[in-house]
Amino acid sequence: MGMWLFLITEVMFFGGLFLAYMLYRIWYPRAWSEASLELNVLLGGTNTIVLIGSSLTMALAVRAAQTGLRKQTVVWLLLTMALGLTFLVIKYFEYAEKFEHHHVPGFDFHFPGPDAGPAEIYFSLYFLMTGLHATHMVIGFGLLSVITWMAARGRFSPDWYTPVEMSGLYWHFVDIVWIFLFPLLYLVDRAHHFA
Amino acid sequence: MAGHVSPKSTYYAIFGALMVLTIVTIAVAYQPLGSWNFPVAISIAVTKATLVILFFMHAKYSSKLTKLFVATAFFFLAVLLGLTMTDVLSRGLKTYPGGAGGSGYGVREPRPASAAPDAAGAH
Repeated sequence: MGMWLFLITEVMFFGGLFLAYMLYRIWYPRAWSEASLELNVLLGGTNTIVLIGSSLTMALAVRAAQTGLRKQTVVWLLLTMALGLTFLVIKYFEYAEKFEHHHVPGFDFHFPGPDAGPAEIYFSLYFLMTGLHATHMVIGFGLLSVITWMAARGRFSPDWYTPVEMSGLYWHFVDIVWIFLFPLLYLVDRAHHFA
Repeated sequence: MAGHVSPKSTYYAIFGALMVLTIVTIAVAYQPLGSWNFPVAISIAVTKATLVILFFMHAKYSSKLTKLFVATAFFFLAVLLGLTMTDVLSRGLKTYPGGAGGSGYGVREPRPASAAPDAAGAH
């Protein structure tokens, strides 16, 4: 229950950023469209699949803990961590690409056309939102490391597996944030062509 | 406190549904639906999030108090986004042709600094 309460505060934390995104999108629709075309849908889409897959393995880890299957719990947790790491590695390559293309605000930012200013706002929000999300992933990875260690030592039983369940809730929450980030940042303005 | 144990098949089915919705949302993004692209994308995302919350996070089998917590989070998120949008999107509706806050506003040339600050409701 405390975990749900914490997640409510997290909803508002990310909610403020989504609000900022919405406002600037309304004010600068053309820049939003132009800038979002620069994002890599292949990498973003792959990461969506990876992250949802990690939610599946996390759910299966909680289930294994519920039913007292120690070895399976550890295996599913390790798989979840591996998928989480995959996500972060792909994200690293995406960020590197942004540096190459001068799309990082503050680092020699360049954007052709008249929308360089608002496009820089777009990329600022892109880095803020995905960066905060990635930070949550790193924290989740740390949590899961501890949980996996505890599970391997046989600390959990069908009577007490609360930490597994709690980190599961957190992990799924981070997945949900991405479920909204991906279409909003990568996809939604792709078909809007402003001549 | 063993809680509700879902069969594995439920988790695989939800994962399959999430994958299908991901593909749909990518495919739809390349269709020029005009102002419909946004609501379609958001509806798909909300559906995916709902599936995750209900089944992966077990909200479907949780206590009423937990359900209330979840509803509270989204209620206040809706207040935050909804009321702000009501303000922004209705700015200048009566003083500026077509309204100043809606789509297209940012495309126009910025108003000269000397212009009266009344009509467009610039932020």
